[in-house]
Parts: sequence; structure tokens; C-alpha cells
Amino acid sequence: MNAVPPLMLFSVSPVAPELVLVGLGLLLVGIASFPKVPKLIMPSVTALGALVALMLLYTTSSGATSLMNMLVMDGYSRFFKTICLVALLLTVLISERYRTAVDMRHGEYYCLMIFAVVGMMVMISAVDLIMLYVGLELMALSVYCLVGLLKHDTRANEAALKYFLMGAFSSGFFLYGLTLIYGLTGTTQLSELAQRIALLDLSANYALLAGLGLVAVAFAFKVAAAPFHMWTPDVYEGAPTAVTAFMSVAPKAASFAVLGRVLMEGFPMMHDQWGPLLAVFALLSMAVGNIVAIAQTNIKRMLAYSSIAHAGYALLGILAGTAEGLSATMNYLLIYALMSLGAFAIIVHLSSRDGRGERLEDYKGLAQDNPLAALLMLLFMFSLTGIPPTAGFMGKLYLLIAIMNAGHLWLALGAVLFSAISAYYYLRLVRYMYMHEAKPAPRLVFSFGVAAALCVSVFGVAALGVVPSAVLAWAGQAMLGF
Amino acid sequence: MTVQQILFFYFATVIVLLSLGAVTMRNSVYSVLMVLAMFFHMAGIYLTLNAEFLAAVQVVVYAGAVLVLYLFVVFLVNLKQEARITRFVKHPALGGVMAGALFLMLLFAFGSFSLGPQGAWPVAAIEEATFTRALAMELFTRYLLPFEVVGLILLIAVVGGIVLAKREESQEGAGRETAGSSITRGEA
Repeated sequence: MNAVPPLMLFSVSPVAPELVLVGLGLLLVGIASFPKVPKLIMPSVTALGALVALMLLYTTSSGATSLMNMLVMDGYSRFFKTICLVALLLTVLISERYRTAVDMRHGEYYCLMIFAVVGMMVMISAVDLIMLYVGLELMALSVYCLVGLLKHDTRANEAALKYFLMGAFSSGFFLYGLTLIYGLTGTTQLSELAQRIALLDLSANYALLAGLGLVAVAFAFKVAAAPFHMWTPDVYEGAPTAVTAFMSVAPKAASFAVLGRVLMEGFPMMHDQWGPLLAVFALLSMAVGNIVAIAQTNIKRMLAYSSIAHAGYALLGILAGTAEGLSATMNYLLIYALMSLGAFAIIVHLSSRDGRGERLEDYKGLAQDNPLAALLMLLFMFSLTGIPPTAGFMGKLYLLIAIMNAGHLWLALGAVLFSAISAYYYLRLVRYMYMHEAKPAPRLVFSFGVAAALCVSVFGVAALGVVPSAVLAWAGQAMLGF
Repeated sequence: MTVQQILFFYFATVIVLLSLGAVTMRNSVYSVLMVLAMFFHMAGIYLTLNAEFLAAVQVVVYAGAVLVLYLFVVFLVNLKQEARITRFVKHPALGGVMAGALFLMLLFAFGSFSLGPQGAWPVAAIEEATFTRALAMELFTRYLLPFEVVGLILLIAVVGGIVLAKREESQEGAGRETAGSSITRGEA
């Protein structure tokens, strides 16, 4: 039995951001139990917590430090945690407007969201498969509850139930895969895993392949990659819009972080096996996502299919199996986070209790009603399509370069083809906004939170389009500490 | 075959049969009883592995607490009106084919399974230290962090359960009429 370093107070500093969030989450559970709480306390506390956690993320010692061989704080985890915290921050900003619009008054909303982010941060940092699993469950359980918060809405009930059942199923796959991997290698540590596989010459072992396959399937479910995407449209449509915004970004980024770390650190020599598997997932996701999105009439469903397609693009970088590919994926996920949250912020801005703002029809003539909102939506749609000079274009470009350098010309070709198809439905929304007569619509309420969230995402999408190399360099730097 | 192997095969076979029974029985009370018997057999497997603490926890927590909860659920929802949910996937046969293919693939893959190096606690070491002690030592040193996070998961389960089950007191207007699907509302 090898010795475990004792846990000292100062040694917990690598997880300081998580500890702060856990503390705030517990505080919010307490606050939520009071009947009358001033409305802005909970969102302010949550936003403040996200900011403090972001700050701590960058003030704690740089370089890779690991805590009891379970969690590691390195550049890679810092990058993904930043995405999750930014997603938390922006979601909190748009939440209050949405909660007022649909009369969703549960105080527990914010603490569930905080604990979901804690789960993601644990997953991202985990270097032990057991730690990874508990982080995954913490995230998943919190998100299941968030999806079902609109109890009077049958769509939300269906979405929560569906997500819960499918999620439990995917956890089962994951655990089964872990059992096989542990049985064959005798370790749950990612770093030891690669050594053991080499030592025991397991890289062509069918049982290990099955284990790896099951783990890959579980995470394909979590990132909503085809053919494990069935739940996505229903859940995205049924969930409260603010939660959908959060789900389309944060759990996805965390799951990609895990996928990248497990595959690149635990199974690097089996790239020949998992590469093609992910290639199939990626190609199917791009095809299904982009083609089925065309037929949607609900904007949340459309963005759900779009998020499936974007999961496909992001997989390209991981399946390349190179540092360049992984940093391109990281870059893309940050960009996707900003454009997706931006688009959802507009939907939240237009939303009302009777479900306005969810049908594509509702966007007809938006440019006359509300020129600024239409302009911003146009920007996000251009970015999601990948039209230069927006960030979405640069993100895709780096992914394509990475995948071509790894020798997958046909995959790059597929990505370009399906991106072209995606232009149809993204630009259809733009056409609705600009080329149709406005319908009489209720006046919209200005919300400081939504405006702030839009400022951040617009700035991000524009800036990352103009100076794209900054984040890529950052992601590349983060890889060095891997 | 050693006694332990015979016991294992007995327990394993019965567990598989009981689980199949639990999901196929039409009467939910029978299903719950099947699950109860399955929990006891699981405890049996733990006993053959010298994990007497786990066996006790299995009986106390699962057979005791969790199962009583299941029984309450069975009593609370109206059994005569079996929940009819539209299928997520339209063709049940497709699911059968997929499941069968997965099963065959895993069976095939097991052929090449070879047991890896043993961890820090082979049976001999556990017998020497006694299981409960070994479990505590691992849980509160090496696995302290996952243990703490599991605590958070339980907290979220409690908070989430209350949030989702709590009656919405001032949900005025139209919301009420469409409240709850048949699945969650039951006959309440």
C-alpha cells in the first residue's frame, strides 16, 4: 500500500475555487430556506462566487500540483474551468430576467447551478477514475434537477425524466467500462493506466477495447454526439431556457475536458483504436445535427441540433490525437460557449410566460421591433455558421488545419460540407428577422443582466474573431502543463 | 470447484434471474419483492469476498431503507393505472437488436479478459487487517476527496428531491390547469 500524503490546510489551495463554490452553495441552500429573500441576493452571491473562483483559479500556484493523487491543477484544467465559470456567470446574468418572465421562483435554482459547476470542476481536474465518476454524478444530478424545475410544464417534466433515465443509463455504461479497465490494469490512476497498458501489452486486448468503447459511449452521450444524441432536442426544448443555455455549454465543455484527458493521458497508445471511433461519432454528429436542424420550427430545438453539430466539430480536434488538435478543440469550445450563450441570451430577452421567443416565427420582423437584438442575433448566427471575420470562423479554421495536419483530409472535407449546409438554417433565422414584416409584439423589458451577458459574449465573439491567436496560444500554453 | 466458486455461481445466477423477474413482472409488488431477494443475494456475494461491512450495509440500507421507500412509492401511485409512456424510440425491435449485439460483443470481448495486477488489498491483506478497518483506512485517506464529493451528491439529491416534490404554493393562473404530467402527478 503506497503512502498517501497527509491532507494539510495549505495543501488544499489547488482546489480553493471549488471550496469557495461549495461554501457558497451551502450558504445558498441556507438562504433559500427563508420564505422572503430580496430578489437580487441569490444571483449576486452566485455571480460574485463565480468571479472569486475565477480569480482564485489564476492566483493559485501555477504549474501542475496534484491533491492526494485525485485532483490535479494544471493549465489544461484551468482553461476548461474558465469556460465553465464563464458559463455560470453568464447564465446567472440572464437567469433573473427569465425567472421573472416565466415565474420560476425556486431559490434552490442557484445552488443547484453552483453544485453542477463544482461537479464539472472536479471532473475536469480528476486524474483518478473514481474521482472522475463522482464529479460526473454531482454534475449530472444537479442538472437533472435544473431541467425539471418548471413543474407545471409537461414538456419540462418529460425532458427531466428522459434526461434522468438516459443519464443513468450512460452512467451505467461508464461504470461498466471502468470495471473492465480496472480489472485488466489494476489501477484507476490515469497516469498509471498508460504505463500498465504498455507493460502488460494490453493495447490490442478486446476486453480493454470494450471498456474503452463503453467509456467513450458514455461521454459521447454527455457531449450529445450522434448516435447518442436522441435526448438532446427534447431536453433542450423542455428545460427552462436559461438552463438550456447553461447545458449547451458547461457540461459539454467539462465532458470534452474529460474525454481529452482520459484518452490522451490514459490511452495514448490506443489512438489507432479510439481515433476512428471518434471520427464516426464526429461525422455522424455533423451530419445529423446540421441536416435535422433544417426541419425545426422551435429555436431551442434548432439550437439543440446545432449543438450536436458543434459537438461533432469539437470532436475533430480530439480525434486528431495531437496537441495541436486538442488546443484547437479547447479554443473552439470557448468560442462556442460565447456564441451559444449569446444566442440564448437573446432568446431569454424575448421570452415570456406564454412561450414567446421559442418559435422561429416569433423572430419575424425582429429587426424593426428591436434592431439591436436582431443585430446581435445576426452576429451570433454568423459566428455559429462560421462566417469570417467572426470567432466561429477562426475556431473552425484551426480545427480544420489540425485535422488536416493529422492526415484526415476527408473528415475536413465533411466538416466543410456540413458547415455549408448549416448556413441554411442559421441564415434562415436572419432572413426572418430582417426580411419580414413585424408582428405586433409586447414591449420587452430591459434587463441589466441580459445586457451585461450580451456585452460579454459579443465582445468575446468579435474579439476572438479579430485576434484569434490569443486564445489559441493560451490553449497551447495550457497543454504544456498537461 | 471450491466452495467459494460454487457460492459465487449460485448467487450470480440467482441475482440475474431475480433482476430479470423484477423488470418483467406485471405486478409491482412482486417486482419489489424480487428486488428485496436480489439485495440479500448481493449481500451474500459480499460475504464470500470477506466484505462483511458492505454486506451489513447492503442489508440495512438497501434491503431496509431503500426497499421500504420503493414499497411506499408502489403504494402511493395507483397500480391499476399503469403509467403509459410513449416510447422514446419508435421501434422496440431495434432496441432489442442493439442490446443483443452489445451483449454478444461483450461476451466475445470477455474471452480475452486477463486479470490485471492486484491492488493494495488482496484477500490475504484484508483478512489480516479485517475488512471494516481496511475500508475505513482507504476511505479516509486515499479516497477522502471522492468520499467528500459523494457527500455533496447526497446533499444535492436531498435538495433536488425537495425542490421537485414540493407543491408550488403560489403558482397562480393558467399554470395550474396544465400542472404535472400523469407520470409525476400520479393520482395525488
